[in-house]
Amino acid sequence: MIEVRDIVKEYVNGKETTRVLRGVGFRIEKGEFVAIMGPSGSGKSTLMHILGALDTATSGTYLLDEQDVSSLKADELARIRRSKIGFVFQSFHLLPRATVLRNVALPLVYAGMGRGEREQRAAQALMDAGLDASRHNHLSNQLSGGQMQRVAIARALVNDPAIILADEPTGNLDSKTGDLVLETFQDLHRQGRTVILITHEPYVAEHAERILVIRDGELVEDRKGRGGTLKTKTAV
Amino acid sequence: MMIRDLLEEITLGVTSNKARSGLTMLGIVIGIASVIAMLSIGQGAKASIEASVQSIGSNLLLVMPGTQRGSGATVSAGRGSSQTLTLEDADAIAGLADVAAVAPESSKRYQVTAKGTNTNTSIMGTRPAFLEVRNVSVEEGTFFTAQQVTSRAKVAVLGPTTRDDLFGEGAAAVGQKIRINGLTFTVIGITESKGGSGMSNQDDIIFVPISTLQTYLSGGSSVSTISVKAESQETMTSVQEAITALLLERHDIASAASADFSVMNQSDLASAASGIGDTLSLLLGSIAGISLLVGGIGIMNMMLTTVTERTREIGLRQAIGAEKAEIVWQFLGEAILITILGGIIGILIGYSIARGMSAFAGLNTQVAWSSIFLAFGVSAVIGLVFGFYPARRAAQLNPIQALRYE
Repeated sequence: MIEVRDIVKEYVNGKETTRVLRGVGFRIEKGEFVAIMGPSGSGKSTLMHILGALDTATSGTYLLDEQDVSSLKADELARIRRSKIGFVFQSFHLLPRATVLRNVALPLVYAGMGRGEREQRAAQALMDAGLDASRHNHLSNQLSGGQMQRVAIARALVNDPAIILADEPTGNLDSKTGDLVLETFQDLHRQGRTVILITHEPYVAEHAERILVIRDGELVEDRKGRGGTLKTKTAV
Repeated sequence: MMIRDLLEEITLGVTSNKARSGLTMLGIVIGIASVIAMLSIGQGAKASIEASVQSIGSNLLLVMPGTQRGSGATVSAGRGSSQTLTLEDADAIAGLADVAAVAPESSKRYQVTAKGTNTNTSIMGTRPAFLEVRNVSVEEGTFFTAQQVTSRAKVAVLGPTTRDDLFGEGAAAVGQKIRINGLTFTVIGITESKGGSGMSNQDDIIFVPISTLQTYLSGGSSVSTISVKAESQETMTSVQEAITALLLERHDIASAASADFSVMNQSDLASAASGIGDTLSLLLGSIAGISLLVGGIGIMNMMLTTVTERTREIGLRQAIGAEKAEIVWQFLGEAILITILGGIIGILIGYSIARGMSAFAGLNTQVAWSSIFLAFGVSAVIGLVFGFYPARRAAQLNPIQALRYE
């Protein structure tokens, strides 16, 4: 469960202060599939960084699983990310010379988990993300874009996070592969996971069951998406 | 994060760019190998010098003409250049208490021929006491006797190297004739090898009775050195003082400051010699140290490039929960792994170079354990020092900017 109240984020550049977020507040319950949508420059990326504990707000409160993460230090934020957040990035961010299994298990390495359990959980996460076991020992740079993104999704799942944050996950994929990835997120939602999708594309956002629209640093709309009802183009 | 996993991440990091890691490692390998090789030359030289000082005799005092030291700006006349010591001085010294043996020496280089071969070597005129004073023993034949000294016999005792040069390696030479500066001498003995090489070869020498040398070859009655063997280590100082007093009186000199001779103690020689060896080691070691420093800078350069190149990876590691210390150790670990591997390879190569120089160039080299540990420690410290700054830079990256870095 996520609760943000009156989040303000300012960047100081010399004498100039830019206010990127101007008091954003909302609640996301466990198991929801939410899209945060807005044009570039709207502040949605900044909001994603705060939700993902990569950055802290200038003011306001952010409760993640009832824990206040508004004003933690760098290493404390790292531990929050390690246990509660799973990231999926536009450009995948896989380690190129490492195997699929190793890439997926990497967050568990930092969590201090033993190898056996790590690989078992990584294999399970890959299955949940829809990648079959035959590719576990492929190097990540031998995969196609869609496969890479599913490896990245598996990596986001592996620590069983409170939220999965996907930042433009289809941005580097062709539309057919993009649809497959969006379907994967819908599957995860059906498995009961909390998914937050950050995008500027209404088409992508419509795959969620709830859409938060950000414009000029403010939340301007909170409506239902077509979520479970919208079938992707390729789906039968 | 567990240590084993950290090590695995470090290994993956180093092996993922093998060419670059290898070239950087090469810098350390060359640095460490040259430190090991250079120190081995220095230590080997020190050992040879010390060994040759030891081999010239025990409880030995050397009386030489020339000034030992003066008050103010006295210029030393230099060994052998003045002619103030005589055979009579040597006889007088022999009469002192606690003196075991005295051997006057006078040497000069001459052309020596034998059956068509010829060589240029040092002809040393001395007395039979030389054997005892200078720890020389005869391997074959005999040394000349006091009787032969008195009778100015034209007999010669050859060092093994000179024997090899004149008659061939290991050939029977006793009884043969040789010509020194045109005069015919009979070879009566060969000394045992004392070792040494090049300029300091103590086996490239011919011994003749000092009276013969003075009468037929060099002329004059001065001697270049009087070697004195004291009864024991403990009496060396008192004998040294007694010789000084005796010679001052014989030469009619009022104060020791203006003495026309010097009395050197073997331990002075030994410490001067090992001082030379230490200086040589230091000099060679610091030249090699410079290449090690350059290797270290290479490490820093490579790690900075690596950190820049892997900015996105660092961002990802931060995003999935790596703490600052874990990032620091990853990159510091990569630097240390490279330097330690480079250090080990460098030690092996340096050791081989040292062995090679002994085997092929005839240079005495010694690889001490201390220099191996030193080299290993230094390479690890280089990794730590030159890896720290890049590693810290990596850890202080902002994860958001690192993830976006193109």
